[in-house]
Amino acid sequence: MFTNVKKKAGIIAAAALFSSATFAAEELNLYNWVDYTPDDLIAQFETETGIKVNLDTYDSNETLLAKLKSGATGYDIVVPSQNFVTIMISEGMLEKANIKGMSNYKNVDKRWQSPPWDPTQEYTIPYQMGTTSFSINMDGYDGPANSLKEFFEPNDSVSGKIQVFRTPDEVIPLALMYLGHEQCNENPKDMKEVQALLLKQKPHVKVYNSETMVANLASGEIMVSSQWDGYSMKTRLRDGVTQLKYVHPKEGIIGWFDSLVIPKGAPNKANAEKFMNFMMDAKNGASISNFNRYASPLDATAIAAFIDPELGKAPEINIDSSVPVHFSETCSGKSIKLYDRVWTKVLL
Amino acid sequence: MASNIGRSSSNTNKGRIPWLKWWACIFFVYLYGPIAVLIAFSFNDNRIAQVWTEFSTKWYVKAFSNEAIQNAIINSLIVAAVATVCATLFATMAALILSKGMFKGQTLCLGIISLPLLVPEIATAVATLSFFAAINFPLGLTSIIVAHIVFCIPFAFMPIRARLAGMDETLQEAGRDLYANDIKVLWHIVLPQLKPGIFAGGILAFIISIDDFIISLMVAGAGATTLPLYIYGMIRLGVSPEINAVSTVLFLVSLTLVATYWFISKKNEGSNYVH
Amino acid sequence: MEIKLPANPITRRWLGLSPALITIFIFMVLPIALLGVYSFKPADSYGGVEAGFSLDAWIQLFFDRDLDDTLIFDSIYLQIIWRSVMLAAIGTTLSFLVGFPVAWYIVQQPPERRDILLLLVTIPFWTNLLIRAYSWILILGKNGMIEQPLLAMGLIDDSLEMMYGNMAIGVGLVYSYIPLMILPIYASLEKIDFGLVEAAHDLYADRWAVIQRIVMPLCLPGIIAGCILVFVLSLGDFISPSILGGGKKMMLSNLIQFQFSSARNWPFGGALTMLLLMLVAFGSYFYIKASRKSAYLEK
Repeated sequence: MFTNVKKKAGIIAAAALFSSATFAAEELNLYNWVDYTPDDLIAQFETETGIKVNLDTYDSNETLLAKLKSGATGYDIVVPSQNFVTIMISEGMLEKANIKGMSNYKNVDKRWQSPPWDPTQEYTIPYQMGTTSFSINMDGYDGPANSLKEFFEPNDSVSGKIQVFRTPDEVIPLALMYLGHEQCNENPKDMKEVQALLLKQKPHVKVYNSETMVANLASGEIMVSSQWDGYSMKTRLRDGVTQLKYVHPKEGIIGWFDSLVIPKGAPNKANAEKFMNFMMDAKNGASISNFNRYASPLDATAIAAFIDPELGKAPEINIDSSVPVHFSETCSGKSIKLYDRVWTKVLL
Repeated sequence: MASNIGRSSSNTNKGRIPWLKWWACIFFVYLYGPIAVLIAFSFNDNRIAQVWTEFSTKWYVKAFSNEAIQNAIINSLIVAAVATVCATLFATMAALILSKGMFKGQTLCLGIISLPLLVPEIATAVATLSFFAAINFPLGLTSIIVAHIVFCIPFAFMPIRARLAGMDETLQEAGRDLYANDIKVLWHIVLPQLKPGIFAGGILAFIISIDDFIISLMVAGAGATTLPLYIYGMIRLGVSPEINAVSTVLFLVSLTLVATYWFISKKNEGSNYVH
Repeated sequence: MEIKLPANPITRRWLGLSPALITIFIFMVLPIALLGVYSFKPADSYGGVEAGFSLDAWIQLFFDRDLDDTLIFDSIYLQIIWRSVMLAAIGTTLSFLVGFPVAWYIVQQPPERRDILLLLVTIPFWTNLLIRAYSWILILGKNGMIEQPLLAMGLIDDSLEMMYGNMAIGVGLVYSYIPLMILPIYASLEKIDFGLVEAAHDLYADRWAVIQRIVMPLCLPGIIAGCILVFVLSLGDFISPSILGGGKKMMLSNLIQFQFSSARNWPFGGALTMLLLMLVAFGSYFYIKASRKSAYLEK
């Protein structure tokens, strides 16, 4: 019996040696949202460059910020949304890179070059852009599916079958929009109304989670869920929820823009820059959108040959001009604190 | 775990209540039913995890050809191996001292060593995280290993101490009479006798480390995803037979180790293991 | 071999003890103390703490600064703590009701079979908690092992909605920790002289009286030990509420984790952790008292 144990110890030691050998190779530590990184593109990057990519995942901008703030320094690329890019730049959490000098930078749509959150284009390259709203499984649903009312004050047919994102950054802006209050609100009176609305919604909610909605929609565990446009489309096409409708509420919809950035102290900065350039290649940029089903921030004519034509016609992405799109901005510390407190109360 | 309990077979056949047998049967079904379902559906061909179609091992092939899972397994093995070796070494040294006579502060030392058993995992996790942040200790595989060594020490310590308590001291005395110095007595007499205890302790430490989730979750950094963290990531995306396959393997690893531990400790007559 | 152990027994003692003690002291005692200090600091909006002193975190536990900054008494966090304590207590009670007869049954088996049964009770405890919680999704979830046959037989026509709620958390808690209830009870039952029980039967005591008068007092220390172990572990459990509870019902541990991840309020997280530790210390105190008593009874 002890020889068995010895053998096992031997195997483990061998595994340890083997893996320390692989540590010597070129690496890139990528920290991205769940289900947001196309596997085959990573494999292609690995074969082209010989750089091994380690992927870890997170569920929200807040989690990313918390992880970086608590000293997780090993990441080379992370993928925050625009309002968190601003925070990270002001907190000195990002490395500069020569982005304008990268060979594929020319592929970026002129509208998204030197964007407001990175006016000198020293920190970010664009990854994906989209909107935040909610989806309804129309199978058996009775309602117009055109208002945030159906999400915050749902009718009986879907009560108890609602999933809501777990992060204030994604839910409170929609609530403010529904109540007709301004975004980045610092007014406690308005925030009290938001809190009351969310608490009133809670009895109808089954799950607060930003990751399990695809599985829960697919199994029928939930019928209405917080969603992003591309993820909703992916659920409809890939996961067989054919009646899923991504709602463009008449009160408005939240727009977002995710970028690749290099956090301070990244151990493989040169590899991170290679990766950034790789992701701005027209064909690769198109594959990202083909996988994620979000709109590409690359120039439409450059990617035209590679992009799935279905994507341009998808109902999720094409928003009627009557629906106001509010681009989420970086709020003051005061309103962030208010948001967090409201949210903590709601989640209790 | 309690393996030493005296075997008074006089208890048999006394105080018997007929429905107890059925109760116990139902209990074991409850205990193993979910695991059986988990294992059964890992061999299901269907992508929808809970609808049986036909037997297939494709999820195992798929899971273990997945590079991310391979990395996670390697990470888990490195963490568990290093943590086990360090924790077992430290625990053995401490047990050798603490088993010898009484001294002032002994209870305090015992208390400190068993502290990781008492503190809830979540408290350990967030405390360790804040501490690492405060001293600028980079989060990564090393931070996980350090955290694991801490909570593995008491698990390695218990069986070793129990073994020492039941050990026959006459051999050591004989050794000393033959003018062997202390280190020779330790090396040639004490350690060989202690071996089963050390193995048992090492196995416990290894199991605890390889299964740990919440502490690893909080102190993990870049490229340090261990197998339980990876499984958690998969569960967050919903039920899938691939999770069943990976879980089955992890279950079998734990099962083998527990069984090994059990048989080793059964040889440790006269010692007392609780847990 | 030229290495020599230090001759001085005191030096030798501290040399042997120091690796374990120093490791645990630096990476466990100090961090907990640090967290205690953090609970008296102002929070940094983006995670971590700022310099200075602040009682905000502790005030937040019992009072709520309303959004417009007026201080009102508020029991919402106390409610979470209460909910955690209640769920842990219910889980403990259920574990006892299920576990006690099982321990009783095992004691009556022949020694070899006892060993096997004890091993069977123990194995799940050493397997991954995540996996065990996940396996319950397969059982309780939509179209799970319970619903599927009932739906097929037409006994129900809609989902039973068993996932995501207090019931699912309770099932998860009992399942996770019941071995820790059975083992100590078994250990104390094992020492009972069943001759006493026989004697009582001979004296025409009914079965209930036997259990109440003879068995219970003798195995009480084991029961107390089991209950406290299960209670303390349930109280700090993170996995059952987060996987089976759907994030809608937080328990203390989820609330703590939340403060250190997305809510980024470390001082408040620190205060909550201190509170949890106090509850556990309280429980452990009774545990030690109970085990002392049982040791006394053995003499």
